[in-house]
Amino acid sequence: MAAAAPARARVTLSRPGVLFAAIGLAGLALPLVQFRANRIVAGEGASLPGALGGWGWIAAAALAAALLVGVPARTPARLRLALALGGVLVTVAALGASAGALTPPGDRIARVSPSAGFWLLGLAFALAVADALARIGLAFRQRWALLAGAVAVVALVLGSGLLDDVSVMREYQARRDVFAREAGRHLLLAFGSLGAALAVGLPLGIAIHQVPRLRAGVLGGLNIVQTIPSLALFGIMIPLFGWVAATVPGAAAAGVAGIGAFPALVALFLYSLLPVVSNMVVGLSAVPHGARDAAVGLGMTRAQVLAQVMIPLTLPVVLAAVRIVLVQNIGLAVIAGLIGGGGFGSFVFQGLNQTAMDLVLLGTLPTIALALVSGIALDLLVAQLDGRRGRGT
Amino acid sequence: MIGRAALGLAAAVLAAFLLAPERFAPLLRPLAANGAPPIYTQTSLLGLTLWHLALVAAAVAASTVVAVGLGILVTRPGWRDVLPLARTVTSVGQTFPPVAVLALAVPLMGFGSGPTLLALFLYGLLPIFENTLAGLTGLPPAVTEAARGMGMTPAQRLVQVELPLALPVILAGVRLSAVIALSTATIGSTVAARTLGEVIIAGLLSSNTAFVVQGGVVVGTLALLIHAGFVWLERRLAPGGPSDRR
Repeated sequence: MAAAAPARARVTLSRPGVLFAAIGLAGLALPLVQFRANRIVAGEGASLPGALGGWGWIAAAALAAALLVGVPARTPARLRLALALGGVLVTVAALGASAGALTPPGDRIARVSPSAGFWLLGLAFALAVADALARIGLAFRQRWALLAGAVAVVALVLGSGLLDDVSVMREYQARRDVFAREAGRHLLLAFGSLGAALAVGLPLGIAIHQVPRLRAGVLGGLNIVQTIPSLALFGIMIPLFGWVAATVPGAAAAGVAGIGAFPALVALFLYSLLPVVSNMVVGLSAVPHGARDAAVGLGMTRAQVLAQVMIPLTLPVVLAAVRIVLVQNIGLAVIAGLIGGGGFGSFVFQGLNQTAMDLVLLGTLPTIALALVSGIALDLLVAQLDGRRGRGT
Repeated sequence: MIGRAALGLAAAVLAAFLLAPERFAPLLRPLAANGAPPIYTQTSLLGLTLWHLALVAAAVAASTVVAVGLGILVTRPGWRDVLPLARTVTSVGQTFPPVAVLALAVPLMGFGSGPTLLALFLYGLLPIFENTLAGLTGLPPAVTEAARGMGMTPAQRLVQVELPLALPVILAGVRLSAVIALSTATIGSTVAARTLGEVIIAGLLSSNTAFVVQGGVVVGTLALLIHAGFVWLERRLAPGGPSDRR
């Protein structure tokens, strides 16, 4: 049993450190990359030393050392953070260098893709970064700087050409323009539906708060929308708006269509409404009576109390809804790719159909990155607002 | 939220539809354009529904075991150092879009139910873990003190006092995960998992709205019923609830 761990081990070993080391060392033992002579044939794995020779041994030794330094509980959190960040960078650099070394010069057909070893090393160091950050407890300003720095480093690495020989980047180079278009489409789907949900949902939440009779009907209806599986909701929107565009005069001219991004946008909008509306209602009803009474005592009208006192106080709760909706929509927008709505999902489903995993990665990696960055940024924002409020009162 | 009568009616209509879908053909025919079949017949709808439920049940059971186990572990003295890590893993698990996990799991697990199980499992961890933490750490100190005063061992306290009291909160987490998993499982059919998503995808591929609607409505109704079932169970198990008044 867990509680029966020997006391000596509890003093000297960091359990998370042991876990990261186990994952990372397993990653070092497994092939880092997979080499295929072309996109279709079966591949063969290559370990770090196998791909890079002497430099590979050095890199592997450095990574193993970084993992083992994290094992003793005494290792300070800042050192852990530095080692973990270094580990991530070395792992990514090793991927790029291995791809460059394994690809014969001038060969545009050979594919070198990340394999189990790369993913496990990445996982171990990413977890170590997260764990170290949680231990250090940085100030908000530093956390923002770190997030911005991470995004900048990713952009720099991608722009530097370091990874250009890796299969995913090969897929990217082959369809630069399409990628830019689908990225724009994905952002439009995720942020557009969020914007629409805020524009409709916040007033709706205020209305429900003012007229409680509406509450059960509206929230009940929006709850039922949530139970409809996303695939079906997307699918229902296509004929529905196709029909609207064909029969309602002026609808087609206004951009309503049964194909393309419009049905997906509406489906995402419908999913987004419940968190926005219900959080607005919760936020308004959580405003302390004292604040409301004080505002009335100052001679404010009912509308002024609402606009100047109550709505500003709901900001953290509304931001929490924005976090839920945005992360959820970035993920759900992938499904638009299945119904011709575009976005990163079109790479994912194209890749699945052709069993071309590099193409699947080209769709999933940016989606995951977008979801993570949005989630972390909004978590920070919510925590910051809560903290400020805690100090203010 | 919805009256008991409405839920009963929904359950009855769902059962009737799954047992004899062809009876509902006239209702769905207007949605099937150009004389396309109004009812999905390639596989039995009842069979698909059972597969769908089994897949969700397996994934949620796995999430529950891992998340509750993790929740218990990080609230034991001496294991606090794992708490930040457990928090990170579960919250990142839910930030990862399930479709992305599904697609990435295909090379590892092949087409079929495996990737769906993994995606649902990861996505379901967070609500259960957070609720287990809330349930176990939110116990009234008087209760845990009393249990300690009675000379209970830590294991006895956990099994006889802490877990039973936290159970309704944990169940609320399981409910959230189950309802989300039920609708997310449909996406699994894009990588050949046997779920009701098969019906919806067949509808999307052949532009047959009748298929899309029947798949969607069956899943939605199941979600409502399962939600109601959990809420009922939570009320029964709540301290001072009906099961206490034997």
